[in-house]
Amino acid sequence: MENLIALLVAAPLLGAAVLLCGGRRLDAVGQWIGTVLAGASFVIGVVLFADMLGKDAEHRILIQHLWTWIPVESFQADVTFRLDQLSMTFVLLITGVGSLIHLYSVGYMEHDERRRRFFGYLNLFLAAMLLLVLADNYLLLYVGWEGVGLASYLLIGFWQHKPSAATAAKKAFLVNRVGDMGLSIAIMLMFTTFGTFAFGPVFSHVGETGEGKLTAIGLMLLLAACGKSAQVPLQSWLGDAMEGPTPVSALIHAATMVTAGVYLIVRSGAIFNAAPDAQLAVTVVGAVTLLFGAIVGCAKDDIKKALAGSTMSQIGYMVLAAGLGPIGYVFAIMHLVTHGFFKAGLFLGAGSVMHGMNDEVDMRKYGGLRKYMPVTFITFGLGYLAIIGFPGLSGFFSKDKIIEAAFAKGGTEGWILGGAALLGAAITAFYMTRVMLMTFFGEERWRNQPTRSPEAASAEPAAEHHGEHAEPHPHESPKVMTIPMIVLAVGSVFGGAFFSIGDRFLHWLEPITGHSEGNSPLSAATVTGGTMVCLLIGVGIAYAMYGRRPVPSVAPRGSLLTRAARRDLLQDDFNHVVLVRGGEHLTRSLVYVDHTLVDGVVNGTAASVGGLSGRMRKLQNGFARSYAVSMFGGAAILVAATLLMRAV
Amino acid sequence: MNPVNYLYLAALLFTIGATGVLIRRNAIVVFMCIELMLNACNLAFVTFSRMHGNLDGQIIAFFTMVVAAAEVVVGLAIIVSLFRSRHSASVDDASLMKL
Amino acid sequence: MSFPLLTATAVLPAIGAVATAAVPAARRTAAKSLALLVSLATLALAITILVRFDPDGGRYQLTESHAWIADFGVRYELGVDGIAVALIALTALLMPFIILAGWHDADPLETGSKRWRPTQGFFALILGVEAMVIISFEATDVFLFYIFFEAMLIPMYFLIGGFGDRAHEHGEEAASTQRSYAAVKFLLYNLVGGLIMLAAVIGLYVVAGNFSLQEIAQARANGSLHMATNTERWLFLGFFFAFAVKAPLWPLHTWLPNAMQESTAPVAVLITAVVDKVGTFAMLRFCLQLFPEASKWATPAILVLALISIIYGALLAVGQRDIKRLVAYASISHFGFIILGIFAMTSQGQSGATLYMVNHGISTAALMLVAGFLISRRGSRLIADYGGVQKVAPVLAGTFLIGGLATLSLPGLAPFVSEFLVLVGTFTRYPAIGIIATFGIVLAALYTLVLYQRTMTGPVKQEVSAMPDLRARELVVVAPLIVLLIFLGVYPKPVTDIVNPAVKSTLSDVHKKDPKPEVEAVAK
Repeated sequence: MENLIALLVAAPLLGAAVLLCGGRRLDAVGQWIGTVLAGASFVIGVVLFADMLGKDAEHRILIQHLWTWIPVESFQADVTFRLDQLSMTFVLLITGVGSLIHLYSVGYMEHDERRRRFFGYLNLFLAAMLLLVLADNYLLLYVGWEGVGLASYLLIGFWQHKPSAATAAKKAFLVNRVGDMGLSIAIMLMFTTFGTFAFGPVFSHVGETGEGKLTAIGLMLLLAACGKSAQVPLQSWLGDAMEGPTPVSALIHAATMVTAGVYLIVRSGAIFNAAPDAQLAVTVVGAVTLLFGAIVGCAKDDIKKALAGSTMSQIGYMVLAAGLGPIGYVFAIMHLVTHGFFKAGLFLGAGSVMHGMNDEVDMRKYGGLRKYMPVTFITFGLGYLAIIGFPGLSGFFSKDKIIEAAFAKGGTEGWILGGAALLGAAITAFYMTRVMLMTFFGEERWRNQPTRSPEAASAEPAAEHHGEHAEPHPHESPKVMTIPMIVLAVGSVFGGAFFSIGDRFLHWLEPITGHSEGNSPLSAATVTGGTMVCLLIGVGIAYAMYGRRPVPSVAPRGSLLTRAARRDLLQDDFNHVVLVRGGEHLTRSLVYVDHTLVDGVVNGTAASVGGLSGRMRKLQNGFARSYAVSMFGGAAILVAATLLMRAV
Repeated sequence: MNPVNYLYLAALLFTIGATGVLIRRNAIVVFMCIELMLNACNLAFVTFSRMHGNLDGQIIAFFTMVVAAAEVVVGLAIIVSLFRSRHSASVDDASLMKL
Repeated sequence: MSFPLLTATAVLPAIGAVATAAVPAARRTAAKSLALLVSLATLALAITILVRFDPDGGRYQLTESHAWIADFGVRYELGVDGIAVALIALTALLMPFIILAGWHDADPLETGSKRWRPTQGFFALILGVEAMVIISFEATDVFLFYIFFEAMLIPMYFLIGGFGDRAHEHGEEAASTQRSYAAVKFLLYNLVGGLIMLAAVIGLYVVAGNFSLQEIAQARANGSLHMATNTERWLFLGFFFAFAVKAPLWPLHTWLPNAMQESTAPVAVLITAVVDKVGTFAMLRFCLQLFPEASKWATPAILVLALISIIYGALLAVGQRDIKRLVAYASISHFGFIILGIFAMTSQGQSGATLYMVNHGISTAALMLVAGFLISRRGSRLIADYGGVQKVAPVLAGTFLIGGLATLSLPGLAPFVSEFLVLVGTFTRYPAIGIIATFGIVLAALYTLVLYQRTMTGPVKQEVSAMPDLRARELVVVAPLIVLLIFLGVYPKPVTDIVNPAVKSTLSDVHKKDPKPEVEAVAK
């Protein structure tokens, strides 16, 4: 069975190779090659899953050693895959959601001439992501880690003729590289501490080293997770990443890649468990980000950016849960899976709306769309109910557990973290209701106005077959797009309940992540009640602001906080002033230093030698008699010197 | 007669020759002064030969004469062609060999 | 006596150089084909060396030894260890690509131009450089090495000064001035380095009485040759200075950007991917083996300089406006990594550094040659003159991106393996330096992606709108390099297997052992 693991990665990798090297002759069928290979990977995943279910919990780990990768004395890196319950969960999520999104993209990218390449990149992403979750050591994980970064770079910048897309892609890669630095330092620390960076030996020897080392490793892993999962302070790239095609936002920047940080933390649970300070840092990052993302999500008028803020916030929940230790690991992953369903569904819904609206993204120019796109409305609505935690839907189960776990942390920390999580739930309810109301309810604000400026309209090639400049004609998307949305909506509705009834998910993951109950100062019912109250408050405020009053189609100036939130709470401005400007000045002055100082010393030496020889050559005046004088003079000095030497 | 006197004479002749080379401009005169210096050296060589009682000095004197003869040929030819092109035999006029 | 394989590998391109130069002027294409053929034959010989070399055998293999200048104890001694084998293979491998990429670089200019460009000379010089580089990798006699280390400058000087890049913003006249400046600067820097090394070579002879690397190293190891501490340090500095100029190490680096900027792309590749490697290779082979104590004494200072090279080179690369200068500064940063790895004195560091030399050769060749194709299409080296190339020439842009990704050490491509090994090797002994060096990977991403973004993405500029995509010849040059980058990134074991034993013996020369991990998590 373990021989199948490599095929999981190989199928999409083959797809990427074929599509990217295949040339134009594959243009017509490229999308289907990509989709079929993604589907193949999913099928293999399901086969492995069925096999795994048939075994006892202790025998579920499969290891496949492929080849020795980098052997240098004690540094031994292998290409080895490890399939256990945790990676299995991810494999199913990645290939499942991935296949659905491939299918959706067949419709969404239908009119893009570079479609073949798009599917090649998507397949590359799947391969890298699977490598990330299947790796049995940190260095191989790092390959997948940067591989998904590359795929993300290529896909964000897919419409690279738009300067904004190219810049966003570069920014995403660079911010991620800062995180990657953390991962590579963590690997180096592991190597010096344990002499290896394979999961098994490291985790089983954690107890033999000091807490300081482990804290350092943990913090470096956290840095890596911050980069990949868009957590404060490395969150700035995610909003810009929405420049990519919408299926990309759904797959990479909502459902899978951005959750890699959570995977990393949960996978490294053994290290974090032994380093409480690092864990505390993780929870703080999670709590701050869940509020940060939620606040940003409240102010954005761009539907995708509002959803990006939400993604950030929801991953904040997961990171928070992961930071809680064994109390939270399982719920972090559970929320990750349910979030994968509903957020991917929401993004696909947003894509479907944009598809029907000439690629308009400004929600202030939507309104009343429920009549025109019923399927999109229903699936989006279900996703909405799931994310705000409506009782019975999947978000309710997973988020509630995280809030409970946060309180269960105990002490003041528990109260603060739990309070932040509750507040986040209220804000989530607010901004998602806002998105819902602005898009599907209210007046039809798109009437009597051309939606986008000409150059923006040509930006998404899907728009080309619609009449530009004209009033949009909202319409439902084709089947190939709605079917994935329906499947995801089903997942969003029933996933949570399926996982939670009888604690199925808990029993499934517990052998890998471990679990402890903690001691919550509040009863489960109290927490659920509190969450419901927050939910109602959030929905209520949103309804009061956007449901009962008409939404202006041009954004009002807003309060100071709103304006700051629109600008991502000024974090980008800070980056720009300090890092970009500062860096520009630094490089410019270094170029100057290199030219005038380092090179100047050399050129100066050359010039002074030249000057000296210029003066010396004046002696060469061409008069034979003056040469004769110097000759005689020289001879005389020689004779004198000889005599003198003899005399002495 | 004391052979040292011949050495004094050689030194005197050499000095006259050297002074001539340095202060005269006419190439022919400079040339003759060089010959004078060469012959002063020859005289010294022959004297040394006599003083030390072996033939080395005399042999070198013959060498010098041969070299001087060859030099005269080349040197005079240069002076003649210089005079043809510049209508002057002044050494200062031929100062083109400089950077 | 067995077939002198090492001599043959070096002599073949030398003969090829003479033969190429002798082809009549009218038969230009014949000369090119001959040069290509010779380089391929040399590659075949290099592969034979690779096959005949036994990683688990003695330290120096395929040795040849003949008396040469007996009075000074100079011998004609050749021998290769794993490090040399890897670098000979790299050199022989890159040559056909360099020749093929420069196929039209030395064609006579359009009618009406006064400049005469002897095509045959161009290819003969390239082969000449190849011969000298190969023999430098093979020589185990210090004097023999020195001769070819220096002689290399002559053909390189003519390649830089005589066949420069035609693309120049201020016309042919300015290009010619700039070119001679670059060539003279290259020559002077390296001559000064060589001169100081010559003094040290003579000094070594005075102390040791012969030039044989193996004999001296052995005598040093068993204590029969004692050097006073100061003598050893001075001699070490003399050797190291020359290699640091060649490598180049900050602050001796400024010749490289000029030289790479002014020469044609294939020659730039020749400089940075092949010739400069002799410098870093010689640090490993000569500095560490001949002067182990002095090497350890100088390590802190050298590590700091290497660290400065890494960060400084990368920052300057970010600030460049000229594509080739950018690649040159990136190379300076990479050479910093190589030197860091060598002087970290750990097996990961040194194996990584050797691997880095090979991988950097391939990745720079890929990036620079594609950049050269790009430049030859537009006739400008300025980044600002490009934009949106991706739209009109997707294959060119794609290969350029892969070259760039290799430069920024993306995992999965070969340079990642070596860069990570160097970082780990440094980190195990000097954690602080290792961490600072890691910043280099962020900066590498910055300069590569900025370059890619400015040239390849965005709206299509008017001037590039008719740019043709890669031609068949160009694709033949780039595709194998890319395949190799991926292969060595996924399966570097063939190279590490050859290199590891050599590094092990080098480390035992300097009496250094890898630091032990704190916890023995892996059962031995």
